[in-house]
Parts: sequence; structure tokens; C-alpha cells
Amino acid sequence: MKVTSLTRRAAMGVVAAAALAVPASADVDMSGKTIEWTIPFSETGGSAKWANFFAPLLSEALPGNPTVVVKFMPGAGSTKGANWFQEQEGGDGTVMFGSSGSTQFPYLLGDPRVRYEYNDWEPVMASGTGGVAYLNAEAGAKFDGSANNLKDMTFIYGNQGATRLDLIPALAWEMLGMNVEHVLGIKGRGDGRKMFESGEATIDYQTSSGYLKGSAQLVEAGKAVPMMTWGSLNADGDIVRDPTFPDIPTFKEVCDATDGCETSGAQWNAWKAFFVAGFPSQKIAFLPKGTDPKIVETFSNAFAAIAARPDFAEISAKRLGKYPMYTGAGAAAALQVAITVDDDAKSYVTGWLKDEFGVELK
Amino acid sequence: MEIFVDALPALSSAWGQILQPMVLGYLVLGVCMGLTIGVFPGLGGIAGLSLLLPFMFGMDPVLGLALMIGMIAVVPTSDTFASVLMGIPGSSASQATVLDGFPMAKKGRAARALSAAFASSLFGGLVGAAFLTIFILVARPVVLLFKSPELLMVSIFGLSMVGILAGRIAIKGIVAAGLGLLVGTIGEGPFNGELRMSSYDYPYLTDGLKLVIVGLGIFAIPEIVALLRKDKAISDRQVIGGGWFDGIKDWWANKWLSMRCSLIGVVVGVIPGLGGSVVDWIAYGHTIQTSKDKENFGKGDVRGVIGPESSNNAKEGGGLVPTLLFGIPGSGSMAVFIGALALLGNGIDVGPSLLENNLDFTYSIVWLLALANVVGTVLCIALSGGIARLTNIRFALLAPFIFMIIAFAAFQSGQNLMDLVALFAIGFLGILMRRFDWSRPAFLIGFVLSTPVENYSNNANQIAGIRFRQGWDAGMDYLFSWITIALIVLTVVSVIVGLRQAKNIMAEGDVPSGGKRAPLVFLLAVIGFIGFALWNTSSIPDYAATDRVFPVFVASVSLAGALILLVQMMLKPETHTLFADGERSADAADNSFGLWPTLAWFAFLLGLTALAGFIIALAVFLVSFFRVRAGINWATTLILSGAGLAFIMAMAWVLNRDFPPGVLQSYFDLPWPFT
Repeated sequence: MKVTSLTRRAAMGVVAAAALAVPASADVDMSGKTIEWTIPFSETGGSAKWANFFAPLLSEALPGNPTVVVKFMPGAGSTKGANWFQEQEGGDGTVMFGSSGSTQFPYLLGDPRVRYEYNDWEPVMASGTGGVAYLNAEAGAKFDGSANNLKDMTFIYGNQGATRLDLIPALAWEMLGMNVEHVLGIKGRGDGRKMFESGEATIDYQTSSGYLKGSAQLVEAGKAVPMMTWGSLNADGDIVRDPTFPDIPTFKEVCDATDGCETSGAQWNAWKAFFVAGFPSQKIAFLPKGTDPKIVETFSNAFAAIAARPDFAEISAKRLGKYPMYTGAGAAAALQVAITVDDDAKSYVTGWLKDEFGVELK
Repeated sequence: MEIFVDALPALSSAWGQILQPMVLGYLVLGVCMGLTIGVFPGLGGIAGLSLLLPFMFGMDPVLGLALMIGMIAVVPTSDTFASVLMGIPGSSASQATVLDGFPMAKKGRAARALSAAFASSLFGGLVGAAFLTIFILVARPVVLLFKSPELLMVSIFGLSMVGILAGRIAIKGIVAAGLGLLVGTIGEGPFNGELRMSSYDYPYLTDGLKLVIVGLGIFAIPEIVALLRKDKAISDRQVIGGGWFDGIKDWWANKWLSMRCSLIGVVVGVIPGLGGSVVDWIAYGHTIQTSKDKENFGKGDVRGVIGPESSNNAKEGGGLVPTLLFGIPGSGSMAVFIGALALLGNGIDVGPSLLENNLDFTYSIVWLLALANVVGTVLCIALSGGIARLTNIRFALLAPFIFMIIAFAAFQSGQNLMDLVALFAIGFLGILMRRFDWSRPAFLIGFVLSTPVENYSNNANQIAGIRFRQGWDAGMDYLFSWITIALIVLTVVSVIVGLRQAKNIMAEGDVPSGGKRAPLVFLLAVIGFIGFALWNTSSIPDYAATDRVFPVFVASVSLAGALILLVQMMLKPETHTLFADGERSADAADNSFGLWPTLAWFAFLLGLTALAGFIIALAVFLVSFFRVRAGINWATTLILSGAGLAFIMAMAWVLNRDFPPGVLQSYFDLPWPFT
């Protein structure tokens, strides 16, 4: 270990000196550099998993095989790390950032703590995920593809925070007319699942990887019944079944089947807008503003090369689920999808958060 | 019961996988890295594992496991060095070890304390593994019994250890714990994100203070400053040779205590959400409560080392249960461990399926952990005699390096210059608490448990409210399970027994009284802070009431306690223990230096770092300290300073860490390490 570090150190010195002399138009060679990929969450979360999965692959795919290190900067639900990244400028490709749905939502909702601007940054890769909501056995027995029989029950849900990604399930259940009591302040979805398993909570949702890893087991054992996925977007922007869970109906289908739930109108549009922002392009890798276009392109190509690996489908399906990965122009488009929510949707959700949770985004 | 039938073949298959030369080689490599990192306070398993992560992708699972587990397992073993020799809690696992281990070092019995600690660690690790081998098969339903009310009661039981550590005046101990709880609530509220005692204008405080900083500040800095003022070696007499064998004999004489504490460690470690951060305190409390003669605790009783050290390695084994079975990491290092497992081979996902599909793999983890403990302990005992001699060196030659290391460690927690400021501020509080005989352990227990107590009480409260709306029985069933009731009884007994015995346990030694003014001023400052906390948190608006309840409650109770103290102070004569003041002791007459000049050295390092960045500041600090304060010649000064700088840079380079930048760095782009 020490030997590699020392060579790394020595090589870095040489390259640092060389970088000053080499003109920007030269072909990008990253050998000897250390890329620090900052994740604004703790080591526990899904984003950590995502970055740890890509880091060694990225190191292999970049010209010169630089060292890629994942660094964690948790705080204020990722706002701290994102504000920090906003201050990073220029960049020779050694600073990278990974954002998530929890970074997107406060930005969209106009949280006063947000001092970052997505449009300044250079996206090089985006990937999505899905989510599955499930019921306990008792409610599952009453579930018939619609929420009609669930309306007279009281559910308990471990919620990470009203303005977090949990906004999606909370709003969905509300639209279905279900009576869900939110226990706020859960530390992570893993804790939420444990609450469900121990019977403290009676309804739960997990992102795809969390569902595959833990909740599917509960379903097999008869302790949980899958209710719906959030679905996946097709080329026309319509919600269709999630390819990772083709047998589970989408929220759209359940909503259609449920009395009083509309798949059109302001409420539906708001839900869909936030779903689109939060899930199909949930995690995005960025280089800082003002990065040399050549370097941006190099990173984009490297991620494209990763996606083209013959074993990529296999290794990624296991860790991340079967979701699309975008690079280059695709990543830029995904970013626009992720950070665009029309004003109606925004004002609907802001009003709903205030009524339902008393949250004021001053 | 058929699960037990599978267990035996899985166990032998696991042993078959472990007992390969390659695997053992990787394990030893991991152990050596873990020992090296664990010696440094503040750099626990997270730093070490992050270092290994890049190598894990696609690695053979058993080899990767051996490397990682070797590293995790020995961190709570080797951090004992810092706790015993310097009074610095190396990590949350060895806070309680400081209380008796460090006084032993001061009496020249460092080697004995260390080897007793290591023998206990080894034993604890093995007991933990043996217990887990059986328990992991039935652990799942047991863990699920612990819902929010039960978890809350476990946290409160941990908090009840304050009773026995409260010191001679019980109310002082309670107010100290209240202070710790309040400091723990600083920052964004956990439920609605309302700010408590902080502001977005000073973003540092919004994330709250980190345990590393509070632990180092409250324990390490006061000890370092006190030692520096004396200008002698840590040990007040020559180190007694061959002490390591006595230590092992001490452990053997207390083997049943060690066994009980190991079981406490593994059981508390199993409970998810507490992260085992209270295990050592519970073990320490248990040790005192079950001992007949108590007057030596806090002054260097070896049982005070054996108890917590038996529990903290066993806890690592227990912590595997929530990690592997539920995918809920019990600690930061376990979180990184989960991430690393996913990178091994074809990717191993922890969670419910692990036990059913990979029982042999699970057993490999359990027993690799035990084996790593054995290897680590043997190495540590071999080293302890030599390292214990550090306590004979004149402290003025050690202190600058210790300042260097704790400043670096503190900075790692938030990568912010403010980390150093916070360390200094908490350190100052620690110095005053030490001087006026306020229980520092009580403060730290309060701080550590602040977050779990608040979270679980809130969850339990919310859910109970929903249940009670469904019906009285549903609510009562939820709140009062047999576990909760048992824990309540245990807590009440522990508080009563603890408070009765607390008078004998003087963590700060026998502090004399005299003079009313200084203790009164400190008390008024404490009241001022509590009053501010009360005023600040009660202004949180109603819609975010969940963020308000806990700090307001704690502040009210603490304020009441502090006001009672104030009234007592007015009524009692100045010779009463209420007016304990370390500066009045005979010991203090030995001090060759005053408090302020000594503190000024640390402030000097801090100020210079703010101006010129850590490395430049450190160079200036080391040279001037050795020359001016220690008064040694130029040649030695330069050699020592150079060695210190080279060491810290090598450390930072290997771990891929930065140093705190100063004003200078915002104007000039300097190359590493000056950045």
C-alpha cells in the first residue's frame, strides 16, 4: 500500500508540474492524478454505493488510469456538499461531485439554504432508479390493485423528512385517499424497513436496490405485499411499468383503479413532475463549472465506455437495478429533466407541504 | 430448529476458508494497518477502510474480508494506547478506559494497565465470537423485539450511568449530563431542521459538534494542559519493569468480571441504532456496582480497565448482527464495511438473505474477527512494555506531537478550520470542569446519548400517539413490553445504587475546596449557557414543535438543578465540597507554569493555522515550542520538528487527507501539503 501511495505521490508531482506546461488543446491524459469524487452524503447511503460502484470502473476507463477516490461530505441533507461544490471552479478533472434526488428537491422547492445552481455545472453521467411501495400482510390481503379497501385503515410510515424523496410516496398515498400517519425523522430507508419489519410501521417504500436487497425477502416470507412501483418513463415521457419489476403495477395503474384518484389535473401533474425530477435521473456526476470542454468530453467518453463493457449489464443490474445510464448529451438532457418542474407543480407541492406537514420554505 | 442443523457444516466450511496461508497473511496485513491507524485518536475504522476501498473491487471475497476485518477488529484494541498512556480517548469505544487507565499510567503502571486491557480485549473478542456463532441464528426475531420504546429505554439506561459517575455532589453530575445533552442538540433539529443554538451565518454549527472533537476536547486537552503545567513526565515515578505479566494476572483474577462485561458488550452491540457508543460506560458502571471495595476507582483501579476493555471488542462482534442481518450499520466503520462488501467478488449484499444463502460466509466474518483479535492482542502486548516507556519522557517533549495529532484528528471530522476552534472551546470547557470537579464522564455520556434519546423518544411518542388513538390497549401494549418494563426497573435500581456510591468514585481525584468566587463564576456561566439554550430553543415555532420539546425539557431540568446549586452555594461555607477547586490542591503548587501561558501555546497554533495553514503553522509551533518552552538546543529542536512534520505529512498522504488551510491559502495557490 505504502509503495503505491509513494509512487502515486511522486507521479502526481511530475504531472502537476507538467500540467502547467502542457497547452489545453493537448489530448487529455490523467495518469498519475487523483480524482476526488465528493458525495454529499454519509458512507451509508445509496449514493455512496453508487459512487463506490463506479469509482474503480472510472479509473479503468479514463486515459492514464488515474486514482479515483470517493470522499464523503454529509450535512444538511446534501445542501452543504452542493454549496461547497458550487465554489469549486475551473478544475482539471480532479474534482468531481455526485448529486442525488435529495439535492434536487430543495433546489426545486427554493429552499433558502440552497446556494448552488445546477445549470453552472457540467454533467458527465446520469443514472436513474425506481421505487417500490409495499404493505404489511394484513393490508396486503385487502389490496386488489386499487386502494379502495385501504381507505378505512390507518397506516404508519417512517418518513425521512417531508421535503426529502419521501415526498413521492407521501403524496402518492394521499392521492389514493389513504390515511397514512408519518413518523418523521427516520435516519435512512434501512431504518424504515426495520420499523416495518418489527411492526412499528405498517407501510414502507424502498428504492429499487433497497427493495431487491431486503424487502423482496419479506415478500417471499409473506410478511409484505408489494403495492406499486413509481414506474419508469418511456421515450414519450409516459409512465410505464418498471423493467426491474415488470409484475408490480405502477402507481398510475393503481391510481386509475382507485375511486377519487385522478391521473390528470394539478395534483397528478405535481406528483409526476417531482417523480420525474427525483427518480429517472436521480444520481448525476458533475465536473465543476468552467471545466475545460476537452476534459468534460473525456469523462463523458469514459462513462460511455463503462456502459459499453460487455459485463456491465450483469454487474450493474445486481448493484443498481436495471435502469438507463446517460452520458454526453444524454446526461445533459437528463439533467434538464431533473431540474425542471413547472411553477404550478412547485406551488402545489409547496402548499401541500405547508398544509400537511407545516413546513414553510421561507 | 433445522437452522441449527445447517450451522455445523457451515461453521466447518468457514474454518476451512479461513485457515489458508493466503487468508491469514491478508488478515495479519489488515491487523498491522489497523493497529497503526488505531493508535491515532480520531482516525478509526472509517479512515482505514476508506483507504482499502479502492482495492476491493472484484477482489476474492475471503481475502478482501480478511484484510478489512483485520483492520476493523483491532482499532478498539490499539486505541487503548492513547487512552491509557495519554488520557486521550482514542475512539468512542475507549472513553471509559481513560478513567482508571490513565491514573495507572501516572503511577508508573502503564504496562500493567495496557496488558490487562489487551488481555481483556482478547477475551472479550473471543467471547463475542462464540456467543455470536449461536446467537446469530436466532438473532433476527430478538432484534425485532427492540422497537422505539425499547431502544429509548436502552438509551436512558445508558444515561443512568451518569448516576454512578456523577461525583460527590449528585446535582452537579446531573447538570453536567444536562449540559452534554444540550451541547448534543446544537445544530439542525432532526425532524424539521429548525436551528438550535446556531445560525446559517455560521454554517459550522448547523451540523452539530462531532464526537471526536467533544471527546478529545473534554478529556484530552485538560490532561495535556495539566501535565504540561507540571513540566514532568506523565508517570510520577520510574516505570515498574515487567508490568505486562502483572496485567495478565490482574485479568485472570477478574475473569468473571471480564466475562460479564464481554456479554454486556456483545448484547448492547447487537441493538441497532446505539452504535455501541455507550457500551464502555455501561460496562464501567457495572464494574463499579459489582465491586466490593470501590474507593480506588478513578484513581487507578485495574478493574476499571478490565471492564470496559472486555466489552468494547465484544461489541464489534455484536455490531455485526444489525449490519449483516438488517443492513443497518451500527457505526460509521460498519457503514463503509457494507459498501466494501458490495465491491467484493461478484458483490455481496448484506441483509436478510445473507444468513440463509451465505451462512458459511457469515461465520467466516465472525471468526475472522475473533482471529484478528488474537493476532492484534499478541502484537499489542509485545509492544506495550516498550511503548509504556513513553510515560517516562519529559512531557514537554511529547506534548507538541500530541497537539499535532489531536489537531489533525479533529480536523478530519469536518475538514474545516472551525473544527480546531471547536476543539479549543470544548477543551477550555473541559479544563474548567476538571478544575471545579464537575463530572466530565457525565457530560460526555450526555453528549453521546443526546441524539438517540431525542430520536427514540420522538418516534416512540409519535407512534404511541397514533396507537392510543386506535385504543388504550394498543397504546399500552406498544409502550410497555416486558423488555421496556425490565429496563425501567434496571434503570431505577442503577440510578439509586449509583447515586449512593457516587461519593466514593472521584473521577477527578480528591479535589479540595476553598474560595467561593471561582466556582461561583463558573456556575453562573453554566447557568448563562443553559438559560440561553432554553430561551433559544423555546423560540422554535409551533409547526416544528418536535424540534423544540427535547432541548426545552433538558434545559428546564438542568436549569432547575443549577439554580439549586446556586442556592446551596449561597448557604454553605466555602470549605464545603461544593466549592471544589483544583487550583487549591497541593498538587497545583507543583505547577511550574500557569494555565493561561500553557493554553496560549495551543491558541498560538490555532491562530497561526488560521493565518498560514496547518503545515506552516505547525512547523513554526514545533520549533518555537521546543526552543522556548522545552528549552532544548537547536539541533534537537530541528530534528524533532522535522520528524514530526515528516510523520504527519506521510500520514496524511497515505490516508489521502488534506490539512486545514488559512488566510494565506485563499490568496495563493500553494502545492500540497501547504494547500
